[in-house]
Amino acid sequence: MTPNSPQDVAQALTDHGYLPDDGLATAVFLAMSLKRPLMLEGEAGVGKTELAKVLSAWTGGELIRLQCYEGIDIAQAVYDWDYSRQLLHLRAAEATGETQTKSSDDLEADLYHERFLVKRALLRAIDQRDGPPPVLLIDEIDRADDEFEAYLLEVLSDFQITIPELGVIQASRPPLVILTSNRTRDVHDALKRRCLYHWVEHPDLAREVAIVKLRVPDVDERLAGQVAAAVEAMRSMNLYKPPGVAETIDWANALGRLGVLDLDERSIATTLGTVLKYREDHQRVEEHGFGDIIRQAMNRSGERSGASPT
Amino acid sequence: MNTETINTETINTETISTETTATETMHTETAPNDLSRIAVAFSRVLRGTGIKVPISSTLSFGEALGAVGVERREPVYWAAMSTLVHRPEDREVFDRAFRAFFEHLESTDGVEEPPPMRITLAVDDETGDGGEGEPSDDPQLELRFSAVEVLRHKDFAEYTDDELHQAQTLMTRLRLVGSPRRSLRLCPSPRTTSRPDLRRTVRASLRAGGEPARRHWREPATRSRRLVLLLDVSGSMEPYARGLVRFVHAAVAGRQRVEAFSLGTRLTRLTRELKSRDPDTALRAAASRVEDWSGGTRLGEGLRVFNDRWGQRGMARGAIVVILSDGWDRGDPEVLAEQMQRLGRVAYRVVWVNPLKVTPGYAPLARGMAAALPHVDSFVEGHSIEAMEELCRVITADDRSAR
Repeated sequence: MTPNSPQDVAQALTDHGYLPDDGLATAVFLAMSLKRPLMLEGEAGVGKTELAKVLSAWTGGELIRLQCYEGIDIAQAVYDWDYSRQLLHLRAAEATGETQTKSSDDLEADLYHERFLVKRALLRAIDQRDGPPPVLLIDEIDRADDEFEAYLLEVLSDFQITIPELGVIQASRPPLVILTSNRTRDVHDALKRRCLYHWVEHPDLAREVAIVKLRVPDVDERLAGQVAAAVEAMRSMNLYKPPGVAETIDWANALGRLGVLDLDERSIATTLGTVLKYREDHQRVEEHGFGDIIRQAMNRSGERSGASPT
Repeated sequence: MNTETINTETINTETISTETTATETMHTETAPNDLSRIAVAFSRVLRGTGIKVPISSTLSFGEALGAVGVERREPVYWAAMSTLVHRPEDREVFDRAFRAFFEHLESTDGVEEPPPMRITLAVDDETGDGGEGEPSDDPQLELRFSAVEVLRHKDFAEYTDDELHQAQTLMTRLRLVGSPRRSLRLCPSPRTTSRPDLRRTVRASLRAGGEPARRHWREPATRSRRLVLLLDVSGSMEPYARGLVRFVHAAVAGRQRVEAFSLGTRLTRLTRELKSRDPDTALRAAASRVEDWSGGTRLGEGLRVFNDRWGQRGMARGAIVVILSDGWDRGDPEVLAEQMQRLGRVAYRVVWVNPLKVTPGYAPLARGMAAALPHVDSFVEGHSIEAMEELCRVITADDRSAR
């Protein structure tokens, strides 16, 4: 599927519950039309991983996720041989006397046959022949080590994988690749060069309200505005972990479940754990005063609804 | 920042020479050829600002223009951003260049930047390369050898510029390596372990024509821990910082898993700048990046930024964090204590290197030092090369109990 314009992408993503801004929509559009991997960086919780899920829902391509971690290697990310079955096969061949009659080349060809191949995420994404192209999510690439990054370079530039015993496997249609990074270290320039790059920002207030309404449809419009504004206020408070969009959605959900109609001190106090995940952050917000946050939130969401025609 | 200022001139000239191309093509129909001309011209402007733009990115930008068209500003902007910019730090400069190029705004307008600060780190620049920097005549050889011994014990603050240059060589010989830890990766083992190496076992029995051959084993590989160096570059540290920055450079250029930052009134990441093997190039790049050299100190605030942006997210997790500072802090000691505690919770080990520690009768009276000390695993000297050798030993030895 190739969309015609960034607007198409924005529309389709919105239909599937993800509200991108212009920059992200353009980046996704380019990734799809130029068939290039897209690398996303940004604060935790701005929706990097979510984008891949939504892309998969939209295009119908299978979501293949590779969570990177330190020490990840080819056997875990690309392919492995099913050694125990190979050994069994070898013992069986020996028992039936096949090893005596067959040449060692034949024996080897038997053993390194595709049926003993265990396909892991990368190989599955490259080797998929039916259906729409899969969406390959390579999550937190900065956690993997340099060796693995170098390997990815080959896979992502030619969309092919070399298995010494079998030969080269080439993707008939390249998968849509999304890479995410948290910047715990610099990803190598060579890898970035192969990719389109986009820095994902926290959404502005209007967009965040829209996201809450889209993701938590049964929450009251007024409450959605207040929640988004309160989160915006918290983000400016120098917290250890400023809440991301995911937290805003969780919070709105929690408040909705509790039947809260307007933010008040009690409802904030009881549900703060869905937004802030550090004790120190709770303390800081408490010291700041819930009342103050509510006032700010009311003002901001008031401005907003005053400005937009309702 | 300096590089940008210096290069605004380049932007202007480039803008003039490419202006016609950009204007014409923006308004008439655009052949692919014009698109690539725009792509090339704009890439050159970006390169002039110091952003690294490889040819492949220029090509992608050309392709991207083909996909989004050049009729409207927004798509062109985002297409350029996603193909040409690969680091969030570059976005600001990019924006200015984009405006200058596509919207014909004066690039200098509204951007009143302070004149670039000149910092002389590598003093040998001034004495001239042919000067005493490299006494390579043979008769002096023996003498220099003993000079090395003297140099090893000499306080950094008493170094002459010439000695600083010589010290560089000694520093590069220091092997600063994080202590080893177990990796998740498995490697072949000569011993019998609990993890069979089936791949090699299958290979071996195949070679033996199917005979159940020797069994092979694997064991966890070891990796050295990530090292994060935070160098205090405030005024009080100045005499030491010019020696220590060389130490930091030697560490960053020498191995892969070292990250370096400078701490002053703000936090600056220097890893990229210091990666160059040539000390002069690296130090010059670092100097132009650090804006608060010999300024004030707000250690707590700097550490907070480090924790927020880098440390907590993963850079400091399981790492050895080395802070090179005298502990004089003009900020709130409570903030420093809080941030040190936070750092201590994610880092494997926190080492504080204080050049003043060697002073007879030294007691950590500086408010900042006193606040930080409870959260420090090792507290070591850092005034001479000998002390740095000791530091390397402390870091490499895996002894967490050495508080």
